[in-house]
Amino acid sequence: MSLISTLARLEAVSTGRAQAAATVRHRHLAERPLVLVPLTTAGEAGAPLGALVGTDRDAPRLLVVPQPRDRDLRFAFLAELADVVLPYIDAYAGQVEAAERNETDPETGKRVKVEVELCADAPQLIVPSRPGVDFLRLLGRSMRFRRTAEQDPETPYPAPPRVPLLGRWLTHFGERARVPGSSLLLAMTDVLSRHWATGQSTLEDQHLGALLAWIAPPEGSTGAEAALDAELARDAKGQLLCPPAGPATDPAFDNKLLAPAIERYDRARTALAAAEDGLEADDRLGELTAAERGIRDLVLSRTLPTWEKVWQGLDLLRELPVGAHVEERWTRDRWSFTAHRDRIAAGEPPQPRRDDAVTAANKLASREREQARLEAQEALDDPLVMAGRRLSGEAFTGEVIEVVMAYSESKRPSPRPLVTLRTDDRPHLGERVKVYRSLGGKPQTAEFVGLEDSPGDGALLVLRILDKMGRGKEPEAGSVPEKGDRLCFTLFEHEQRGGPKLPDPEQTPWTHGGPPGEAVAEAADPTTAEDVL
Amino acid sequence: MTTVFDPGAAAAEATDAILHDTLHGTARGVVVDSPPGAGKSTLVVRAALELADAGRPLMIVAQTNAQVDDLVQRLAEKSPELPVGRLHSSDADAYDKALDDLPNVRKSAKAGDLTGLPVVISTAAKWAHVKTDEPWGHAIVDEAYQMRSDALLAVAGLFERALFVGDPGQLDPFSIVGGEQWAGLSYDPSASAVTTLLAHNPELPQHRLPVSWRLPASAAPLVSDAFYPYTPFRSGTGHQDRSLAFAVPSDGSGPDRVIDEAAHSGWGLLELPARHTPRTDPEAVRAVATVVRRLLDRGGAATSERSPDATPLTADRVAVGTAHRDQAAAVRAALAELGVTDVTVDTANRLQGREYDVTVVLHPLSGRPDATAFHLETGRLCVLASRHRHACIVVCRAGVSELLDAYPSTEPVQLGTLVKFPDGWEANHAVLARLREHRVGWSP
Repeated sequence: MSLISTLARLEAVSTGRAQAAATVRHRHLAERPLVLVPLTTAGEAGAPLGALVGTDRDAPRLLVVPQPRDRDLRFAFLAELADVVLPYIDAYAGQVEAAERNETDPETGKRVKVEVELCADAPQLIVPSRPGVDFLRLLGRSMRFRRTAEQDPETPYPAPPRVPLLGRWLTHFGERARVPGSSLLLAMTDVLSRHWATGQSTLEDQHLGALLAWIAPPEGSTGAEAALDAELARDAKGQLLCPPAGPATDPAFDNKLLAPAIERYDRARTALAAAEDGLEADDRLGELTAAERGIRDLVLSRTLPTWEKVWQGLDLLRELPVGAHVEERWTRDRWSFTAHRDRIAAGEPPQPRRDDAVTAANKLASREREQARLEAQEALDDPLVMAGRRLSGEAFTGEVIEVVMAYSESKRPSPRPLVTLRTDDRPHLGERVKVYRSLGGKPQTAEFVGLEDSPGDGALLVLRILDKMGRGKEPEAGSVPEKGDRLCFTLFEHEQRGGPKLPDPEQTPWTHGGPPGEAVAEAADPTTAEDVL
Repeated sequence: MTTVFDPGAAAAEATDAILHDTLHGTARGVVVDSPPGAGKSTLVVRAALELADAGRPLMIVAQTNAQVDDLVQRLAEKSPELPVGRLHSSDADAYDKALDDLPNVRKSAKAGDLTGLPVVISTAAKWAHVKTDEPWGHAIVDEAYQMRSDALLAVAGLFERALFVGDPGQLDPFSIVGGEQWAGLSYDPSASAVTTLLAHNPELPQHRLPVSWRLPASAAPLVSDAFYPYTPFRSGTGHQDRSLAFAVPSDGSGPDRVIDEAAHSGWGLLELPARHTPRTDPEAVRAVATVVRRLLDRGGAATSERSPDATPLTADRVAVGTAHRDQAAAVRAALAELGVTDVTVDTANRLQGREYDVTVVLHPLSGRPDATAFHLETGRLCVLASRHRHACIVVCRAGVSELLDAYPSTEPVQLGTLVKFPDGWEANHAVLARLREHRVGWSP
């Protein structure tokens, strides 16, 4: 944890309210995000219990699996989920604008500009917490290798149409969520704790109720008290007043309320199956419907509070002005969305279960680049984030005391002005360390020359400006700092260089197992005895 | 014991076997594990010269520009006539200007300018951008345990066969984003190059250099037991071969007493009172700086097998090692206040592969309220405890072993990954137990 976030947390403890960790919003928020509050069943990985989903705060759609171990009911739930999520995604897939992309011409090997489509906007999924992201990824994996009866008439348990497609999309969203700074799929707790520092640990910050309690404590209560209430307060029946954001549910809820309700449902179903005549069946169907409604009410009672909190979080975030580089990062999300749309349209198979060596290396490299880019952009967009970097010696601001013109020692001398800066920061500078400042949105490089004896407060740093001064002997107007300017230099680079091009997967070298061979169609996980009730 | 261990013979035997496999073997790769200071660079230079003699086009992959420049200089020293290509980046100051004085070293930012030279050297990052239709017959990959699997993937197409050399006990490569998604895959891009190489090619011959020429007889057993329990190594020198003496007698203070203890036994632990502190613990930082100041003031003289006459212990023969960059910066500032310049102060990552007469180490766990995976990492402590030829002085707050007991390793176990043993917890305990025998309390 950086020093500034420790300080902010201490301040949150002493004031009883979360402190701002950012002055601008660093993540893109769509105008019409799709909020999804999933619940899972205890004891089985990836067995959904229900979900509250929708784009309209006042009209969420409740989806429930009354018997989570029943595969048919699960498929029905997933099909319903696909009916909500896929039209939402499709609405964005159709709206395109023209864009250009650099591609390697297969014949000449040269880089050429190609006219391509770019989706004008992209869908955005918001779940309450990080385990929700993992859960969507798991659901995606469980669905994308399934076959529908149309795809494979022989398949023993055909999936409803569109379920495999939903699996591919959820997989894509889940994978994109691993890219630092991406906003296609956001966990509300992550976004909120990026923008506010609470007086509790980062682990406790993953509790959406407690986190919001610190950020916006109710009248007359401190954040700590409200957070404690959110975590622990129970009603007379022993149920949490603020249900966990899921997807896991509270054990007291599972044992006292959910298990009896599911048992009642099972009994009603067995009874219905055993009904001997129509009249009896009618009665028993009524009981089954009532039992199902009971479970639906229970699931709604656990998801609705979280649903409200997610929207409350969105309200809080929308109050912050958007950061300058957020749009640029969202454009990358749009490229990612468009690319996956194109892969599906081209009839490519679902994402493989495991990445091959080259894909894994490419993903890791691009995520490292995105992480570095995100850190730099957040600091440039937000003085509070920059203050944290200054405090840790990675940046400094100061006033220009003197500018002395100097030139490089070459045949065509170019300007290399020396700038003396007074700063109170303590950057970790060594001889000839490169530093960067933003000049009209582009980084200008300087190198550290040395320290001068400072008569007053602070340190006097001498920097030599190295670039962005034009081609002439005299630097272009405005490209050299002037006496009295306040400047902010960073020790980290503002822009990321592209990495080396890795070999194609078919060219995987012997050190990494050689080429992976022909892609084989992957089957869904085989059905086991436990899978079929 | 009836046979006397002859370090020179043992090392020569290992080297011969390695060179034989490299030059005449049939395997596409040879892996050499080398403990700290076991003559890895010497081996690389020798293998390079023999491959060049045999007329095999050779590329050498190192991890940093400093390592590349160092290798070029060593090659030129051993064989001034050999034409060597130094492939460098297009940045300013891409290579050490000392290379300009070597007549047979050709430098270029373009691989095309260096084709036909018997040896071409560069960093893995630069090699990754090279494209060639005709791969090199042979490659030597230096510091292969510090190279990430994805970096090897980017360069492996450039050569047909390779010698991989490195120290498995030092810091593992790291990535700034999580790679759990690929944990357990044989080609996990965030794993080390050797892990991936051996997972796919388990039949490759593996060798080990058995003798550390850097570590003194006092240090080799501790480092070997704590960090290389299953692949032990010996010191190349005996207890009588090296000594460290000071002209100015001790003034009785903690720093002076710990210097004397370290001069006498090879290890010293300067223990400050237990306390939770920020990372840049001002008292510990001052203690480190004071020890360094006294080391230089007391007229130290080091005698070793290299020179029968004592050589003075000067600032360039002393280094300070820390876990974090801000700690290094704080120590540098404290040293500057005491008028000490020219002493290397750096983090474990940057001290890898370097060698000094005396090192002063700020213990990674000193003053911490918790023990994270970063601070427990085996390689970090191993690097810090194995940079010295004579003595190592550790500055630490009391209470670290209690801290270790309160924080056992809790890293999740991933299926399919090799569990590294010893883990950092175990290694830290082993080192502390030994250091405690050389403890000196702080008294200003």
